[in-house]
Amino acid sequence: MKERIGVYICHCGGNISDYVDVEKVRQAVQDDEGVVLAKTTVFACSDSNQTDMVNDIKEHNLDGVIVSSCSPKLHLTTFRDVTERGELNKYTYVHANIREQVSWAHSDDKIGATEKAIHVVKAAIAKSRYAKPLYPNQFEAEKTIAVIGAGIAGLKAAISLSDKNSNVVLIEKENRVGGHTATWGSLFMTDERGSELIDRIYSDLSQRENVFILTGSEVISSKGSIGNFTLKIRKKPQIAGDPVETMEINVGSIVVATGFEHYSPEEGEFAFAQNEAVITLPNFKQLVDESSGKVLEYNGKKIKNIAYVYCVGSRQTEGENKYCSRYCCTSVIHTAIETKKKFKGIQNIHLNRGIRTYGKQELLYAESLQMGDLYLQFNDDTPPEIRNEGKKTVVTVKDILSAGRELEMEVDLVVLVTGMVPRKDQSIGKMLKLPKGRDKFYNEVHMKLRPVETVIDGITIAGTCQGPKNISESVNSALSAATKSFSYVSKGTLETEPIVAEVDHEVCSWCGKCAEACPFDAIEKQEVNGKEVAVINTSVCKGCGMCTPVCPVDAIDLIGYTSEEMKSMIEVLA
Amino acid sequence: MTQSFNKNAKILVFSTEKISDPAIDMAGLMKLHYPPTVYTITVPCSSGIKPSWIMHAYEKGFDGVFIAADGTDCVFGETCTQKTGNVVSMAHDQMKEKEIDPARLRMAAICSVCSEAFVKQVRSFNDYLIKTLHAE
Repeated sequence: MKERIGVYICHCGGNISDYVDVEKVRQAVQDDEGVVLAKTTVFACSDSNQTDMVNDIKEHNLDGVIVSSCSPKLHLTTFRDVTERGELNKYTYVHANIREQVSWAHSDDKIGATEKAIHVVKAAIAKSRYAKPLYPNQFEAEKTIAVIGAGIAGLKAAISLSDKNSNVVLIEKENRVGGHTATWGSLFMTDERGSELIDRIYSDLSQRENVFILTGSEVISSKGSIGNFTLKIRKKPQIAGDPVETMEINVGSIVVATGFEHYSPEEGEFAFAQNEAVITLPNFKQLVDESSGKVLEYNGKKIKNIAYVYCVGSRQTEGENKYCSRYCCTSVIHTAIETKKKFKGIQNIHLNRGIRTYGKQELLYAESLQMGDLYLQFNDDTPPEIRNEGKKTVVTVKDILSAGRELEMEVDLVVLVTGMVPRKDQSIGKMLKLPKGRDKFYNEVHMKLRPVETVIDGITIAGTCQGPKNISESVNSALSAATKSFSYVSKGTLETEPIVAEVDHEVCSWCGKCAEACPFDAIEKQEVNGKEVAVINTSVCKGCGMCTPVCPVDAIDLIGYTSEEMKSMIEVLA
Repeated sequence: MTQSFNKNAKILVFSTEKISDPAIDMAGLMKLHYPPTVYTITVPCSSGIKPSWIMHAYEKGFDGVFIAADGTDCVFGETCTQKTGNVVSMAHDQMKEKEIDPARLRMAAICSVCSEAFVKQVRSFNDYLIKTLHAE
């Protein structure tokens, strides 16, 4: 039983303290049995607070530590490490989630949130009193890493892993690598063509002995967990009539880089699919790239005046896609400049909702202005209207940069600047149980602190499957995901939580029900002190607890989740 | 006690570390509000919940117990659904003996992204418990 517990209550900037009276929480718990130290802190995870905690553990001779802050998904490991630095067993640390499950969930009820926080912290104290020092088990981890998706992110992740001497299996559903990037023409800022960039990377990758590229292949099932995933892969027949090939691979970690799809406008959305002169940005890029000659033509018609309607399928006030797709402003301005340089007589008119060419991409915007492109800005509640007048296409817009004047222009082509949406095929996400965010892209644990990790241990996300990104941002995230995945398995061994079942041999008189319930065959009958009892094989036990409710004499508990701990928490919460 | 504590039912949620906890966390992130009298205790797997814990919750004053089950998403295997069902069944037997309304124990599979489903479930459970236990 712990007698010297230290409790830290985090403001999390204002994320917690804006809704929970943290000082009131501190006062409510400071005199609880066993609590010798109760502090509030602005950021519990900051370096300075971590140092203070280490000093407190030593100075106050603490035998238990509790931090009440964000979800344990984010900082459980951080504070276990702090506890260890304070020379305490890290499993004596208990985490209380008063952000995701209190301050944010009850931001509509500050008093209710404060009362709940008090109960939650008291329950953590109750649990802490029983927390025992534990020692993790180690197991061998498979060092090969799978990268699912061979777009620009997947390719760069594979190269990065290969550079780290890791074996990589790169799995691509399509018959070719490169994803969307391979289909694009000249790229900003290098002017290299997308296909050239992909060819260069692929040529490098295909020469590496530690990289196995499987194109035309799909992951159809996944078993196991971090360190030991088994992926079943189906390879499409390369020649019609060939049998479908399936194979199984064992990997220690997985990088998911399944990419995005272009938003496809609804019929009638800005006259799409009703007016032949209305096309999407990807189609326009292809048209410009594939066209030659001095004049741009589309459907046999000469193109001079082009209107670009921005934010189609992004930043929607009415639709589902509330987010900014980030890449489209730069992409369309770059394409507009290319068009003007390549063909005669082009006039670009950009109907936008505010240009977001951030960072160096601003140079492109400046160049476009210098070349005489027109920029008209509309509000989201007064989008441009596109109509036919005989054979003419007329666009009307209320330009807020000229005091809301309604401007009308005859154009030859309307380009809908469409954004990114998540892939319709979410089978990989479903199979690997990857959570999705509000935008329906795969979700990281924390945008800043754990930007490529998912809540599923051992699985990282890279590139645009996580949200809209340009090529450079995708590559950055891919390098980060590759490094994180590598770090999971680089040692060749992994630690498992020492949460295993424990049998009270005084109470147990072997009936076999626990062994029947165990899905891992971790329980067997053995004679101990002349009595037949259940014995747990701790190297096989996964700590699910399935054996515990079936024991008729309540002789089995899961370490860390004993009846004593659970009931003491329930009493405090009630 | 504040007004919100008086007007809402007290619900204990058994949630699972890998599957339903992320959904409950995400409900907070999305500011999907539910009564602050809903408390969560995390377990590794919903099939490891002891009926005695559920009974203890009623004895100590909880109005309802909600099991946010792993369902078919369970990382420990497909038998979880059936075994969690058995836990509920064992708890129901004990509730019957103590003449506790079996509807005060609810179970629903909450996947790792089922934040809205979780909030819908606990809100409706709260309404039921208020109507049956706290009707004036």
